[in-house]
Amino acid sequence: MSMMDWIDARFPATKMMKEHLSEYYAPKNFNFWYFFGSLALLILVLQIITGIFLTMNYKPDAELAFASVEYIMRDVEWGWLIRYLHSTGASAFFVVIYLHMFRGLMYGSYKQPRELIWIFGMLLYVVLMAEAFMGYLLPWGQMSYWGAQVIISLFGALPVIGEDLALWIRGDYVVADATLNRFFAMHVIALPIVLLGLVAAHILALHEVGSNNPDGVEIKKHKDENGKPLDGIPFHPYYTVKDLVGVVVFLFIFSLVLFYLPEFGGWFLERDNFIPADPLKTPEHIVPLWYFTPFYAILRAVPDKLFGVIAMGLAIVMLFLLPWLDRSKTRSIRYRGPYFRTALVVFVISFLALGYLGTQPATSLYTLLAQIFTILYFAFFLLMPIYTAFDKDKPVPERVTYK
Amino acid sequence: MRNLTLAAFISIFSLFSTFAFAAGPSSKLDKVDIDLHDKASLQRGAQTFMNYCLSCHGASLMRYNRMAKDLGLTEDQVAENLMFTTDKIGETMQIAMRPEDAKRWFGVVPPDLSVIARARGTDWLYTYLRTFYLDETRPMGTNNLAFKDVGMPHVLWEQQGYQSIDEDGRLSVVQEGELNPRQYDMMSRDLVNFLAYISEPSKLQRLALGKWVLLYLAIFFVIALALKKAYWKDVH
Repeated sequence: MSMMDWIDARFPATKMMKEHLSEYYAPKNFNFWYFFGSLALLILVLQIITGIFLTMNYKPDAELAFASVEYIMRDVEWGWLIRYLHSTGASAFFVVIYLHMFRGLMYGSYKQPRELIWIFGMLLYVVLMAEAFMGYLLPWGQMSYWGAQVIISLFGALPVIGEDLALWIRGDYVVADATLNRFFAMHVIALPIVLLGLVAAHILALHEVGSNNPDGVEIKKHKDENGKPLDGIPFHPYYTVKDLVGVVVFLFIFSLVLFYLPEFGGWFLERDNFIPADPLKTPEHIVPLWYFTPFYAILRAVPDKLFGVIAMGLAIVMLFLLPWLDRSKTRSIRYRGPYFRTALVVFVISFLALGYLGTQPATSLYTLLAQIFTILYFAFFLLMPIYTAFDKDKPVPERVTYK
Repeated sequence: MRNLTLAAFISIFSLFSTFAFAAGPSSKLDKVDIDLHDKASLQRGAQTFMNYCLSCHGASLMRYNRMAKDLGLTEDQVAENLMFTTDKIGETMQIAMRPEDAKRWFGVVPPDLSVIARARGTDWLYTYLRTFYLDETRPMGTNNLAFKDVGMPHVLWEQQGYQSIDEDGRLSVVQEGELNPRQYDMMSRDLVNFLAYISEPSKLQRLALGKWVLLYLAIFFVIALALKKAYWKDVH
C-alpha cells in the first residue's frame, strides 16, 4: 500500500486533486483575458506572505508607525524588498482584479448559471477595497491620515446614525491612535480571513458549474463517450503550464515597477505620504489611491453629500445586479449585437474618465464632466434590461472556436 | 474583438502616462540631475549636511554607520569628520534642539529630513536651496521662491551671498558669497544628492538587484513558453 493510499483512506487528497486540477475540464479556447484569475490568487498569496513579515517589525502606534515603516525600509534585512512587494502588490492586485472583472463583462461570465460566482467575486472586490483602504492608513503618512479622515467622514453624511457611526468606526473624534490600532487588526486578521473564505467559495462555485469561455458556449453540452467535454482540457497540466507563462510575464512587469518605479510617479506611493501624519495640517489635495478614484469622482459629482454617498454606494450595487439586468441569452461579446457593444465601450470610457477625474481638483468643468460620466455609468446598468432585450445578437456557434 | 482589446489597453496605458505627468508639481522648478552612484558627490553632500543642516534638522531615521558603508567611508572617518551630535556610530542622526525651542525661534519645528527628498522631490529641494532672496517683510530678512514665507533663514548665505528679486520675479546677486554661482549650484546638487540618498538608502541595492531579477525572469520565460508549447501540441 502506498503512502497516498494511506492518506486517501483518511482524507480525500487524490479526489480533491482530481476534482479541482487534473480532472477539472476547462474550455480549451481561453485567451489572454483568462490569465487574471490565477494572477489574482498569486497576488493574494504574495500579499499574505509579505504582510506576515511586515507585521514582525511594523508598530501599530500613532507615535511609532511612520518610523517603523522606515525602519523596515532601512534596518530590516531585505525589509525594503518585502515592503515594496506589499505596496506594489496592492496596486497590482487592483489592476489584475479590474481586468478580471472586465473579462467577466465582455464574455458574460456573470450570467446564469454563474450568478453566484459573480456575487462572490463582487463581495471579494468590496472586501478588497476595505482591506486596501485600511492598509493604506498603516504607514501613518499625511495621505494615510487625511484619506481615512475624508472617507470615514462620509459615513457621517447618513441621516440620524451618521455621526455616531463615524465615531464608532474611528473610536475617537478624529482619526487617531485608536483608529490605527483597529484598522491594523482588521487589515491583518479579520479581512484576510474573509477574503480567503470568499476565494474558496468563488473557486468552488466556479468548479461546480465550470468555466465560461470567450465564445460563451457551454462545453458540457458536448461530451465524449467517457463523459468528458469535447472542448475541455484538464486544468492540470494544460492550464497550469499556460498560467505559468502568464505568471512569468506578470512578474516581469511587476519587477520593472518594483525595482525601478516603486512610487509609480506618486500613484502607488504618494509623495505626501512621506510626511508623517499631522492632524493639524490638511494637505492641499487629498486624493484617494488610484483604484478608488472612479467612485470618488461619482461622490463629488453629486452636489449633495448624502446623495453623493448614496450614488457611490449604488455604483457598486449596480455591479452586483448585473446578472439580472442583462436580458440577453447571448453571453460573449463576440456574438452580441451593436447595442451592448456600444454600451460596453461607453461604460469603459466612463469608468476610466471618472478614474481620471477623481484624481483632479473639482473645477467646474471637471465637475460637469464627472456628472456626465456618472450618468453614462449608471445608464449602462439601468438601461441594460431594455437594450439587451432588443439587441440584434448574432448566432452563437454550437462548439467553441479554436485556432 | 482584437481591436477592442487593443483599444482598451492603449486607453489604460495612456491614462497611466497622464497620471505620471499630472503628479508633477505645479510651479516651475529647476531641474537637478543627481547621481546616487557618485560617492564623491554624496560625501561632499554629507559634509554640507552635517555642517549646515544637522543642527536644526534631524535625520532621525538614518544611521551613521549605514552612511559610512554606503558612501565608502570607514567608521573612523565618519566619527572624526562627520559626527557632531553623538559619539555612537550606530546612532541615527538626531539633533539636540528641543521642538518647543525651535517653535519659539522659527515659528515652526524644522522638519526631519530623513525622507524629505521623497516628499518634496529633488527638483524642489534644488530650487529651494538656490532661490532665497532678500525680503524685509520677513522676520529672518529672506524669502524663498519655492517655499513662500518660509521660516528658515538663508543658512548658506556665506556660500551663495544674497540675492534680490525684481518685479518680474527674477533673482540677481546683490552681495557675493564665497562661491561663484556655478560652484554654489554644484554644492546644492551634492546636498540634494545626499538628501535623496538618505531618503532611500536601499535604492542602490534595489537598482543593483533589479536587473538580475529581470534577467532571471526573461530566461524563465523562454523555458516556461517552451514547456507550454510542448504540452499544448496535442490540443487541436
